[in-house]
Amino acid sequence: MIEIKDIYKSFSGNDVLKGISGKFEEGVTNLIIGGSGSGKTTLLKCMVGLHQPDSGSVLYDGRDFTPMTYEQRIEVRKEIGMLFQGSALFDSMTVEENIMFPLNMFTDQSRKEKLERVDFCLERVNLAGKNKLFPAELSGGMKKRVGIARAISMNPKYLFCDEPNSGLDPKTSIVIDELIQEITEEYKTTTIVVTHDMNSVMGIGDYILFLHEGKKFWEGSNKEIAHTDIKELNDFVFASRFMKAAKDKF
Amino acid sequence: MNFTNFGRYILLLKSVFRKPEKLKIYLKEIAKQMDYVGVGSLGLIAIISTFIGAVMTLQIAFQLVSDFIPKTIIGSVNRDSSILELSPTISAIVLAGKIGSAISSEIGSMRVTEQIDALEIMGINAPGYLILPKIISGITMVPMLVIISMFLSISGGYIGGSISGAVTPAEYIQGITTDFNPYTITVALVKAFVFGFIITSVPAYEGFYVRGGALEVSQASTRAVVISCISILVCDYLVTQLLL
Repeated sequence: MIEIKDIYKSFSGNDVLKGISGKFEEGVTNLIIGGSGSGKTTLLKCMVGLHQPDSGSVLYDGRDFTPMTYEQRIEVRKEIGMLFQGSALFDSMTVEENIMFPLNMFTDQSRKEKLERVDFCLERVNLAGKNKLFPAELSGGMKKRVGIARAISMNPKYLFCDEPNSGLDPKTSIVIDELIQEITEEYKTTTIVVTHDMNSVMGIGDYILFLHEGKKFWEGSNKEIAHTDIKELNDFVFASRFMKAAKDKF
Repeated sequence: MNFTNFGRYILLLKSVFRKPEKLKIYLKEIAKQMDYVGVGSLGLIAIISTFIGAVMTLQIAFQLVSDFIPKTIIGSVNRDSSILELSPTISAIVLAGKIGSAISSEIGSMRVTEQIDALEIMGINAPGYLILPKIISGITMVPMLVIISMFLSISGGYIGGSISGAVTPAEYIQGITTDFNPYTITVALVKAFVFGFIITSVPAYEGFYVRGGALEVSQASTRAVVISCISILVCDYLVTQLLL
């Protein structure tokens, strides 16, 4: 479980996060949603330590991450897998080398064992046999799936996904969402997904934290989100005519 | 580079020299970088050094118009100029353009495409993994390139002098073998070591802290070359002042 307590963050006097708290349970898909500039990516970066919060704490199963030393953080980070918005695959490495990279760095497994793990991860994301391709040879959806394969190669306890659907067609988006949900349930990871994709919200949002102008405005599940009377949330979720019509119908 | 940048540069270097996560992977990366910096730059350094040596011989001969000065001086001046100044400094400035811009662009592109963030999230010391092999390759391969450059520059002087008739081969050979002070080689290698460090660490710093996109990466690359060249010239003066 990951718990955030009263996170504040500002950049050059501009307050981006204004006291955000929340609890993200393991084995369920936790979503952080909000409009552009609402602070969701900043919150995610504060949680993984890419930004240092001005105040507040981030607890990984009770371990406070924010005051940790470099060496202590490294130990926690070995338990973290992350899928980046642009996949962040290493251009100079093949798919196989990308997935094997954390294994090379942190395990003493034999090459055979590592290759078996790579094949398992690729099979898990339905990309078996694509080992020798370079990132430039992959489509956007395939890159995301390789990103997921790399993120799960070390059996992470915590999985972070930053806008996993951005730039993907609706069908591929659903494939990625389902994959994230399956992995979360199968490996009991604490999964946090930052998104503004409404299909994801409705499809996999077991727990949703809605941010607006750097503040937490609402939290709940995808089953509850359609029945709130918070204007900011309704304006965000039901912004499109289609979603509005769907809400009125149901 | 203002004081804030200099402070950040020092802090980055502190991170670079942290204990590597796995030595074997770092050694592999160092070998790759040595091949790129050393073998990859050999052709360029060879061409430049040979021609500079040849041109130097012609220019020295042009300026030595007095009959009281023996022609063997042409070889001596060419030798000392090549060893002390031309080979280390010109090679370093050329390498700053070739290697410096490549390092800055590579690391800068990795920054804007979140590859550096990915390394950090994995628990890898990104400055160490990305920059340390480059610095080690710079401080080892640049001195080697400079040694080759010295040899080729002096040889170029011989060829240039012989073809043009500015100096006879015998006079040139006598010139380069007379009153040779081996300490000049030490000075040149100290310079090459310092320049190798600058050529790799300054562009790495510029690339590592890029913010933005393709435009900012290209601007960082240009800045890296300019700052490296200025730093090379300043350090050239300081090392010469200290050691001679």
